[in-house]
Amino acid sequence: MKLREIFVSAESIFRFFREIIRQTFQPPVEWREVLRQCYAVGNKSFFLVGFTAFLAGVVFTRQSRPSLSSFGAESWLPSLVSQAVVRSLGPLITGLICAGKLGSNIGAELASMNVTEQIDAMEVSGTRPFSYLVVSRVIATTFMLPLLVVFADLIALYGSFLTVKLINNTSFEAYFNEVAGSIMYLDIFSSVIKATFFGFAIGFISTYAGFHSGSGTAGVGRAANAAVVTSMLFIFIIDLLALQFINLFR
Amino acid sequence: MSFNLSKTAQGTETNNADLVMRIRNLKKSFGDLQVLKGVSLDLHSRENLVILGRSGTGKSVLIKCIVGLIRADEGEIDVLGYGVRTLSTEKLNEVRMQLGFSFQHSALYDSMTVRQNLEFPLKRNRGIFNQSELNELVITALQDVGLEQTAAKRPDELSGGMRKRIGIARTLILKPKIMLYDEPTAGLDPITSTEINDLILSVREKYNTASIIITHDISCARQTSDRVMALVNGLAQAEGTFAEVKATRDPELAPFFNY
Repeated sequence: MKLREIFVSAESIFRFFREIIRQTFQPPVEWREVLRQCYAVGNKSFFLVGFTAFLAGVVFTRQSRPSLSSFGAESWLPSLVSQAVVRSLGPLITGLICAGKLGSNIGAELASMNVTEQIDAMEVSGTRPFSYLVVSRVIATTFMLPLLVVFADLIALYGSFLTVKLINNTSFEAYFNEVAGSIMYLDIFSSVIKATFFGFAIGFISTYAGFHSGSGTAGVGRAANAAVVTSMLFIFIIDLLALQFINLFR
Repeated sequence: MSFNLSKTAQGTETNNADLVMRIRNLKKSFGDLQVLKGVSLDLHSRENLVILGRSGTGKSVLIKCIVGLIRADEGEIDVLGYGVRTLSTEKLNEVRMQLGFSFQHSALYDSMTVRQNLEFPLKRNRGIFNQSELNELVITALQDVGLEQTAAKRPDELSGGMRKRIGIARTLILKPKIMLYDEPTAGLDPITSTEINDLILSVREKYNTASIIITHDISCARQTSDRVMALVNGLAQAEGTFAEVKATRDPELAPFFNY
């Protein structure tokens, strides 16, 4: 890529970002479409996020138990699992699943609309497609990701509890008392904030890829691919930056 | 707002009290390729202007410049008294609502039914959410294009000709003053093409629209035009009635008509 193309792309990304921010805070916001997209985002990812989080809780608990047992620290299992789930596993699993599922969906949908001139059709009829198609999706992913992360955390912890119960017959109260005692408000707060950034990144990257897709069916494929790969990459980058930042407060 | 006098692309002075569009010296390049090299045209009230030309001569670029989908490099575009090139986005959207744009491939929203496609601009541009009012407007628009039975269908259940008609109905529902048709008969069989040509004429009668029809289809040009402008290599090569343009001995145009 030539230096000039890099600058042109950077300028295009900046303008897209600025337009999202401007139209988010400038009425009229498409609240009907935002709600519809929130429902779509939640509905599309709900089951997959829940199922994956449950499995992650079970697997992490089963893998951690032998190590802790060898040190005679099996009672720390709820504490270890809860901190791992809330601080890292829950947001990361949810972010990656949503990057794959929502990123490909949004990227391909908008690219397909772009290729078939549907976005142009909205533009020429004066219906502000940017606000309708882009801003509504970015708001929806930004708001829904934290909710999905909280849901994923709870399901993962429940999966962990069932695993422990099967082995040690631990009660629900005992397990979750231990969990509640080991999680700080900072853990929950940082997890939610991190998820908000994940959601914005997924929405922003996917809509940008879709809106700026190349022509033809190849363009749709490339847009979907770029949406998923770039979203996943940025989730890890945000996770790393968030970790560095949060450690300042621990 | 009105215009006083203008010249046609060939330089003839005309009375322009009923002028709805005026384009002067429009230029557009993509990289090193100059697609429009100084196109000028006038469009009068209730007039059907056909812009005829081979593929790649800049016809579609021209109408996309008119609606602001493509930004022209130079020249004037006055639509209904507004200089499109200098308008703010908000003002441009107001002007766009008075223009109907029929896309070459219809550009129907494929995640919506036909009814939802037609309701979409009403809800978003006119703020109409009353279902009985929406029903009445949708059914009227569908009746005007002869497809009232398709309201519940999805675009992928429709034939190419039906999709074109629904695309036209979606633009008509906002009662535009000017219609822009991009290759309205492209990819259609001769019978369906004739039906679309008839529809273009009936739209003018019912809605009192002026129209620009972009086409390379000679029969479409003959059937729908009041005036024809032949675009060759980004320049208006000839202008007049269909018979006048056909009679020109321009070596670039003659094979086109004799094909």
